[in-house]
Amino acid sequence: MRIESEAGLRTLQAAGIQKLKPKQPRIAVGLATCGAAVGGRKVYESLREAIDRAGADIDLVTVGCIGYCREEPLVNITIPQKPLVILHRVSEADADEIVHSVMDDQVPEDKALCRVPSWDHVTGVVMQYGKGFANIPLYEDVPFFAPQRKVILRNAGFINPEEISEYFAIGGYAAAWKALHGMQPEAIIAEVEKSGLRGRGGAGFPTGLKWRITRDAPGGTDKYLICNGDEGDPGAYMNRNEMESDPHMLIEGMIIGAYAMGLKNGLIYIRSEYPLAIERLGTAIRQAREYGLLGDNIMGTGFSFDIRITRGAGAFVCGESTALVASIEGRTGRPHPRPPRLTDPEGGLFKKPSDLNNVETWCNVPAIVANGSGWYAALGAANNTGTKVFSLVGKVDRVGLVEVPLGTTITTIVFDAGNGGANGKKVKAVQTGGPSGGCIPLRLFDTPVDFESLNRAGTIMGSGGIVVMDEDTDMVDIARYFTGFATGESCGKCVPCREGLKHTLLLINRIQAGKATGKDLAILQEVCETIAATSLCGLGQTAPNPVLTTLSYFREEYEAKVRP
Amino acid sequence: MDSHVLDTLIARYEAEEGRLLGILSEIQEQEGYIPHDLLLMLSEKLGIRLSRLYSLVTFYSFFSLQPIGEHVITVCMGTACHVKGAEAVLAALEQHLGIEAGATQDGKFSVTTKDNQFTVTIARCFGACSIAPVLSVDGNLFGYATPENLPAILAGYGWREHAD
Repeated sequence: MRIESEAGLRTLQAAGIQKLKPKQPRIAVGLATCGAAVGGRKVYESLREAIDRAGADIDLVTVGCIGYCREEPLVNITIPQKPLVILHRVSEADADEIVHSVMDDQVPEDKALCRVPSWDHVTGVVMQYGKGFANIPLYEDVPFFAPQRKVILRNAGFINPEEISEYFAIGGYAAAWKALHGMQPEAIIAEVEKSGLRGRGGAGFPTGLKWRITRDAPGGTDKYLICNGDEGDPGAYMNRNEMESDPHMLIEGMIIGAYAMGLKNGLIYIRSEYPLAIERLGTAIRQAREYGLLGDNIMGTGFSFDIRITRGAGAFVCGESTALVASIEGRTGRPHPRPPRLTDPEGGLFKKPSDLNNVETWCNVPAIVANGSGWYAALGAANNTGTKVFSLVGKVDRVGLVEVPLGTTITTIVFDAGNGGANGKKVKAVQTGGPSGGCIPLRLFDTPVDFESLNRAGTIMGSGGIVVMDEDTDMVDIARYFTGFATGESCGKCVPCREGLKHTLLLINRIQAGKATGKDLAILQEVCETIAATSLCGLGQTAPNPVLTTLSYFREEYEAKVRP
Repeated sequence: MDSHVLDTLIARYEAEEGRLLGILSEIQEQEGYIPHDLLLMLSEKLGIRLSRLYSLVTFYSFFSLQPIGEHVITVCMGTACHVKGAEAVLAALEQHLGIEAGATQDGKFSVTTKDNQFTVTIARCFGACSIAPVLSVDGNLFGYATPENLPAILAGYGWREHAD
């Protein structure tokens, strides 16, 4: 059933709303990778049995994850005319009680985290659920959610990621319709430029400009659009959740981008560690083809574009653009010097100009097209517009995915959303940007989280991992950990990275063993500065950051371990 | 996997993009490792030099040239897991399984127990940081792993604590 009219899309939307808000109650279990791992799968099965036992007329479905990972397994309950209620820390033993409550149009209030009377899905639909359950806190009053603004995770945890109909329900693919039927490619690129959207993979390159360069590159339609789903930074998992919880938003963003750039080949490169993301995106792509949203003559416009999934095979360096391309071509993932950039003639995949954007960058695109560049530019800070999803992990009380406008301070993320250290410990630092990033000490927590401010503090935004360290964390050990990581993942092509990191690791090991002197600290600093200045690609250039920032901010911890 | 099965697998990868890593990944998944004779066969069928295939399977950590044990245990060594004690979990695991300490640390090689029951390897990050430290056994994730709860997890896969 191909979508070839706006009325057809609206009919599908109406049918989808019947699934999201059916006449009978609906119970939805959050089953992204981590929800499933902490018992969500068993909760789902026991709810299935409880519903069958009671012979109840209740829909049971799977949804993605709303991001409050600490409180999982999470279960949503939708009873007609009532607010949607999110239950937390649900176990299989709760199944019968939940089902019996729901049969009486009630919810077990002692397990309720919050209620959602209405939800803004951002791309044009505000879903009205209903009133009632006044004893249950409102979503916006839950401290973890209060500072958040959900634009990218707009549907995560609400819709079934395996059902395209539920994506239609929340206004899905209406932005693609608007773009393909009502906008010239040039106008779309201009909108994305005006929105100020910058690459969410970490580099912060203006997305609209990259699209323009790709569009203007020679080669007609035979270029590549690539989505970088090789989320390799340890401590970062927002892309996994975006792909697992709302795969169609990524596909819709890519369709709009392909139309704007005038190209026909799309690829999503996903790391092999994410089997569920691969599975759900595969399902979503098949569904999109069935509805004529991918393939030939999309939405009856004559425009053709399709997406294939290619898998990584466990190499951190493949998140780097030239290494990623080498990997797709079936070569070892070793970067080459840029230029030529991927967008250059002969510079991309199979020597064709190629546009590469991160998963999260694509996810912003339907929201920008639906609401306009002015709306998007008003979110966040000057030159750092929009929101960003951060994975707040490590020794923090409330672990989870936090989406805030760029420019929000680290204090707000770690203390307001995260409630500070776990088990009452004092927070000492955060590490951002994965192995390429650095550690920021508590005294600099007023730093706004934007591309430039983090750079000034010696670290990077990276893909958005924020790992919290507390008073018990040994910062020299953290430096050793990341150096060990980068040493293992170095592709070995250039000397500064291959040899320099090895010696950095030896020096840190000597410090940890109590055999180093003050002179070794000076050598450590010098080696790191040299690696940063002379390495071939981003991996090597940034790999010394964890050492350099801890040397600068936590020097006393190093000095305490060296002999005079 | 015989020659015919390999042909069907290859046929599913008609597009050039992602072809080699895709085929090798499926061999890895189905066989548990990349057997030498299959690598040779693949080289002949695709007309690609064995040395090039070898460079791929040794570069990417997802591939293994060694046969693996009955159960594969992967310990996540991501940052969140690290700060929450993944190294202690790995050390305890090595001790329980009688594997040389630190043998799996660099992530390039897996280690298999003598009785061929368990293969231990590490992952850079599962992206399941919220339930750190994490390990997976045969693809099933276990969150909040500790040296103390390891025996219970292992027992579910036929491991018994030796009396000696």
